[in-house]
Amino acid sequence: MTMTIDVTRRGFMIGSATAGLALGFQVPFLTGRAHAQAGYPEEINAWVVVRPDEQVIIRIARSEMGQGSLTGLAQLVAEELECDWANVTTEYPTPATNLERGRVWQSYSTGGSRGIRESHEYVRMGGATAREMLILAAAREWGVPPGQCRASKGVITHAASGRSTTFGKVAEAASRLEVPTGVQLKDPKDWSIVGQSVKRLDTAEKVTGKQVYGADLKLPGMLNAAIRQCPVFGGTLRSFDEAAVASMPGVKKIVRVDDNAVAVVADHWWQAKTALDALPIVWDEGEHAKVSSASIAAFIEEGLTAKQAFVGNSNGDAEAALAKAERTVEAVYSYPYQNHATMEPMNATAVWTEDRCEVWCPTQNGEAALAAAAEAAGLPLQQCDVHKLHLGGGFGRRGAFHDYVRQAVGIAREFPGTPVKLLWSREEDMTHGMYHPITQAKLTAGLDANGDVTAFRVRIAGQSILAGVMPQRLSNGADMVAFQCYLPQGEHSIGYSFPNLLVDHAMRNPHVPPGFWRGVNANQNTIYTECFMDELAHAAGKDPLEFRLKLMGNHPKNAAVLRAVAERAGWGKPAADGIFRGLAHCTAFGSHTAACAEVSVTNGQVKIHRIVAATDCGYVVNPQQVEAQVEGSFVYGLSAMLYGECTVADGRIEQQNFDSYQVMLIAEMPEVETIIMPSGGFWGGVGEPTIAVAAPAVLNAIFAATGKRIRDLPLTKHDLGAA
Amino acid sequence: MARINVNGKTVEVDADGSTPLLWVLREHLELTGAKYGCGVALCGACTVHVNGEAQRSCVFPLDAITETDRIVTIEGLSEDGSHPLQKAWVDLDVPQCGYCQTGMIMAAAALLERNPQPSDADIDAEITNICRCGTYRRVRAGIHQAANEKA
Repeated sequence: MTMTIDVTRRGFMIGSATAGLALGFQVPFLTGRAHAQAGYPEEINAWVVVRPDEQVIIRIARSEMGQGSLTGLAQLVAEELECDWANVTTEYPTPATNLERGRVWQSYSTGGSRGIRESHEYVRMGGATAREMLILAAAREWGVPPGQCRASKGVITHAASGRSTTFGKVAEAASRLEVPTGVQLKDPKDWSIVGQSVKRLDTAEKVTGKQVYGADLKLPGMLNAAIRQCPVFGGTLRSFDEAAVASMPGVKKIVRVDDNAVAVVADHWWQAKTALDALPIVWDEGEHAKVSSASIAAFIEEGLTAKQAFVGNSNGDAEAALAKAERTVEAVYSYPYQNHATMEPMNATAVWTEDRCEVWCPTQNGEAALAAAAEAAGLPLQQCDVHKLHLGGGFGRRGAFHDYVRQAVGIAREFPGTPVKLLWSREEDMTHGMYHPITQAKLTAGLDANGDVTAFRVRIAGQSILAGVMPQRLSNGADMVAFQCYLPQGEHSIGYSFPNLLVDHAMRNPHVPPGFWRGVNANQNTIYTECFMDELAHAAGKDPLEFRLKLMGNHPKNAAVLRAVAERAGWGKPAADGIFRGLAHCTAFGSHTAACAEVSVTNGQVKIHRIVAATDCGYVVNPQQVEAQVEGSFVYGLSAMLYGECTVADGRIEQQNFDSYQVMLIAEMPEVETIIMPSGGFWGGVGEPTIAVAAPAVLNAIFAATGKRIRDLPLTKHDLGAA
Repeated sequence: MARINVNGKTVEVDADGSTPLLWVLREHLELTGAKYGCGVALCGACTVHVNGEAQRSCVFPLDAITETDRIVTIEGLSEDGSHPLQKAWVDLDVPQCGYCQTGMIMAAAALLERNPQPSDADIDAEITNICRCGTYRRVRAGIHQAANEKA
């Protein structure tokens, strides 16, 4: 990022034509807005700026939250641009600029592991057309056909005449050219930057403390806000005793926010939080104040046998085949609520006047943040903008939800012209998340006399994310996202072919708000399928690998990753003393993944020693970053499996901080060996797919070690010493 | 007005004595490298050095600090990001989102001062900072690499 913060020496102005810049953020791009009538002379095209000193600035629309796609997307552009990678930096164009320019950067959404796989073609085209423009500018200067010139590492050469020049020297001339059409993208076999383990572009500032996250932002004259929302979801704010805290140090104002929250605004955040803690507040807890984890579980359990359910996948006649089966196996699994718990709590900084609103925030979707800001500001989109900052974690919490932006703008409206930063406490963050949905599943299978599966029946009961978050995406009432890893085809297809199959979903939506949580429904659905498949293999007296592969004849890519992890881990050969193995695989977010876990259980204590993982994500942009995502996704998924549960009492989430919402530490980190096996021809996701295989592989290994089948999570509910 | 020594300089701070050091650093001294993660010394994102020891600054009140206490933050760990841990972190691309990494590095730096060649078991026992992105494997590798460079 080239964005620098230099607020102390700059005046704070707002409402001028270059309001964004006036706040002290030297976003070079915004100078383009001033020249809107004259085009954008500082750029080659929307994706590429080349400076006279050869610096190449690549514009990135998607957000960087740790997953590394800032670097990966830049690699894709640079590959086609033929620039010198050493000269590359990046910048975020603001979402308002995207709108103003007809969405030239298309989507800003950074979720569903789609950042690269959804945009690779048009970002590469951005690099390719810029390259052609640079070449054409040089060719015109030389009076030679552009087809005789080539670009490499930022140098353009004309072999016949022996002439050469650099991107920086022809950039200005290139910027005046029309953006060409019909440019061909490179054949993947010719890639030289894509596919390489280049270093991330955003590391240096992260190890010196210079990286500015939303929580770190400071603008001139800025006030700080701490917020408390009604602890019960759906409840409202009745009253608060302003006089009790109004004279506390630094306190400026107590502000009602929406209908369910109150914020204290002070000079410093610590003052605001201290006053908020002392503020007497009366809530109307509303209709859900008696809801508990037990009542939610009972509500969902009823769905396991309900007559009405949405069908997600079906072939043959599963019910009839079950009735005729030699024997049937049945098991009920469940999965709890979990909080994203990003390390950086929710926050946003807003400045509002009657005719303009600007927001600085971590967001997985700048355009959605802009929409939230505009709505809260009571202003048209054109009079608002959002300045994205790198996220201190996203995991789905900051994509579809901009509650923190809405609140920050609401508070800033009380202080026209003065920036206000809203920062949630960890306790607010824990108790007002958008939780991994809660579900249960009843799985039933029929086996014939040979132990082969004749029918596979899954009834999911539980919460729909779409119903809670974006009901417009329901399909005739059904939430097809609930069927991730069970669908007949597509990026979340089931990795087996059963002669008779039925998967359906009885939607039961408790009042706790659900959200997209890294891995989404692939997490629990893969646990359900892959642990139950393990149960079936044992019931049939068969090897869990061979038992699976027999049903995977139509799923060669799934079989390939599964075989790869089994072979690398030494499946079928004796493990070290006390070590036991478990397998899992799935197709999620367009990639095929598998894991083989090795665990030991001593005196009831589980130790995860090693996990061999494989992913076929089609094409690989940066292998070492794929490895980082596999390792990181395992920490996220295994933290959930080991400890992750948000429980409900009196309508509210009970867990307040990391003492009651424990996560994995370095001491628990297993060795992870990642096999990257891109088969080409498709683009799969990377950030999420592997999370889904970690937990079931470990749970199956725990069964191998103890004979104890874990069907409800987290693991802390179970005493493995008793096994 | 409290006087404290941060990164080798004595500075005056106009804050209530109960204010945690974390918020003194972040809001009064504009040193935002130490992060707020939990506020109750559970996550370690706020780790700084006080007299060479790793301290979770979110629970360390200004009142408890004297002018002779030497406070070092990530901004003062090295002039230019050249501490062996910082170099190892860059070399191995350790950070993902990076929010916890300054605290992680400060915890690791204190460990290396005390124990220049920590074993894996030492790291397990001493590094209890939370990273939600899951960089633990590279954090461990980074500590070993920095230890070897210092040796």
